[in-house]
Amino acid sequence: MRNDASEEPEHGEGAEDAAPEFSIARSNALLPLLVLFAVTVLAVVLVIVRAKPFVPTVGVAADRSFAPSDFPALFAKDEALVGIQGGDPGSPSVLFPVPAPPFTEGLFPCMECHATFPPDRERRPLEAMHTDIVLHHDEEHRWCLDCHDADDRNQLRLASGVLVPFTESYRLCGQCHGTQYRDWRSGIHGKRTGYWNGAKRYMLCVHCHNPHSPRFASLQPLPPPMRPQFLHREVGTASVETKGGPGAGEAH
Amino acid sequence: MPERPTDRMPGETDEALGEHALSRRDFLTSVGISLAGMLAGCSSETREAFFQKHFLELTPDEVERRLVRIRDDCDRQFGREVSISALPAQPGVVFGYALDLSRCIGCRRCVYACVKENNQSRAPQIQWIRVLEMEKEKGIDFEDGNPYYDPERVPDPDHFYLPVACQQCRNPPCTRVCPVGATWQERDGIVVIDYDWCIGCRYCMAACPYGARHFNWGEPGLPPEDLNPNLHILGNRPRPRGVVEKCTFCIQRVRAGRYPACVEICPVGARKFGNLLDPESEISRILSEKRVFVLKGELKTDPKFFYFYGI
Repeated sequence: MRNDASEEPEHGEGAEDAAPEFSIARSNALLPLLVLFAVTVLAVVLVIVRAKPFVPTVGVAADRSFAPSDFPALFAKDEALVGIQGGDPGSPSVLFPVPAPPFTEGLFPCMECHATFPPDRERRPLEAMHTDIVLHHDEEHRWCLDCHDADDRNQLRLASGVLVPFTESYRLCGQCHGTQYRDWRSGIHGKRTGYWNGAKRYMLCVHCHNPHSPRFASLQPLPPPMRPQFLHREVGTASVETKGGPGAGEAH
Repeated sequence: MPERPTDRMPGETDEALGEHALSRRDFLTSVGISLAGMLAGCSSETREAFFQKHFLELTPDEVERRLVRIRDDCDRQFGREVSISALPAQPGVVFGYALDLSRCIGCRRCVYACVKENNQSRAPQIQWIRVLEMEKEKGIDFEDGNPYYDPERVPDPDHFYLPVACQQCRNPPCTRVCPVGATWQERDGIVVIDYDWCIGCRYCMAACPYGARHFNWGEPGLPPEDLNPNLHILGNRPRPRGVVEKCTFCIQRVRAGRYPACVEICPVGARKFGNLLDPESEISRILSEKRVFVLKGELKTDPKFFYFYGI
């Protein structure tokens, strides 16, 4: 057979019209083709056998799926409508129904303590009380009594000398942060909940920004989505064989 | 039996067909009769589901019957009472959405609030919002956007975060490619899907430039205790396997006047929602006062989901 095959070209050259039928089995191409085929099969088998587990090039492994029920503290409560009187569609927006200011437990009203001693107007680091307050809010130019009224600690004091209650602290913040104040009043800055076409619940500036250290505190992010490489594990759990794409044959 | 040459292959004879040979006509007749018998025998709900009409062609009465059917299905599947509505679009309302990129810290609260509100499958996991982490140096760069970031704390000082869900295009490519018309844009601008009509061909997923549509590859896994019982027929009702689903601006909430779930959970207030036709709404003020942009504007999809820098 090999001899036949090797003689074939000579035979063909000698009499071109005598051998019109081409047979791959008798040609020289058979052996290289077989070798090529074997190498390919070997390569594919090696790739499958030696396949390494998936390693992401960017981001974390993301091989687990999480659901809202994994974070009950975050999602169990729905306070969006607290303090809102109904959502009559088309009713005019109720202005500034804000939740109560976030006071530290047991500190308000301030005058319960402050009435018992005279105010000390001297600028100084706090040592006797309120030592947990670290001012990171333009601390070079500012201290307690720029915002808190010295004689009535239950209120805040605007630059003009007007006293405002803690529930209207946004007026105090708005003295310097005018653009944010404007945006907040029109609903661009800050969070609103309730009804887009009716009563809304605003937050005070201090609900998100600690007035003594106003940069928004960082949070721990919720886990990333599961990578599609791992989704087939979960498809299996739903007791349907769907790997490879089921199409929509049984859509109902 | 009279000779019917058209029923035979050439060369076939009565002997070849045998004594009990059925002609094509007899066969089709008996199949038709037995099918009719089956349909007559089954319940009216099953018959209605089989011969259902497109959602937009339903009379109010038929919509009501379909709501009852879905309510019964939920009762059977989850063993829970649900309320389902088909509340139509309010007149004079087109919904718009804006997201403040200067505020978003990438905490993913919105992703999970959305899943909770809209009854997505928990396993296999489906999420409608995808938050992309991008480098501040590069700017908006979808090529290197990383949805799998997971640092200890966010925001990372070198990155910003771009949440992407359905952009609710005014010129939606997804609705145009649907071969059966199972997805369309409502009067208030929300692009919805009729899950009863979707055949699962996923053309819309290929057409969407934002990756906003998601397919139920497996039977959706939704524990009964996690079901949100406040449903809308075009929104968050439990989906079957083999249909596409997408963000509907929480149609069950916004048509009743409430903010979408992602707006209400956002801890930084980066998400803004309202009526584009109302000049006093938050969204209108943002469009008139801030510099806004849309994603992939060059595609002329004309989204109603805007991004802006509030600072």
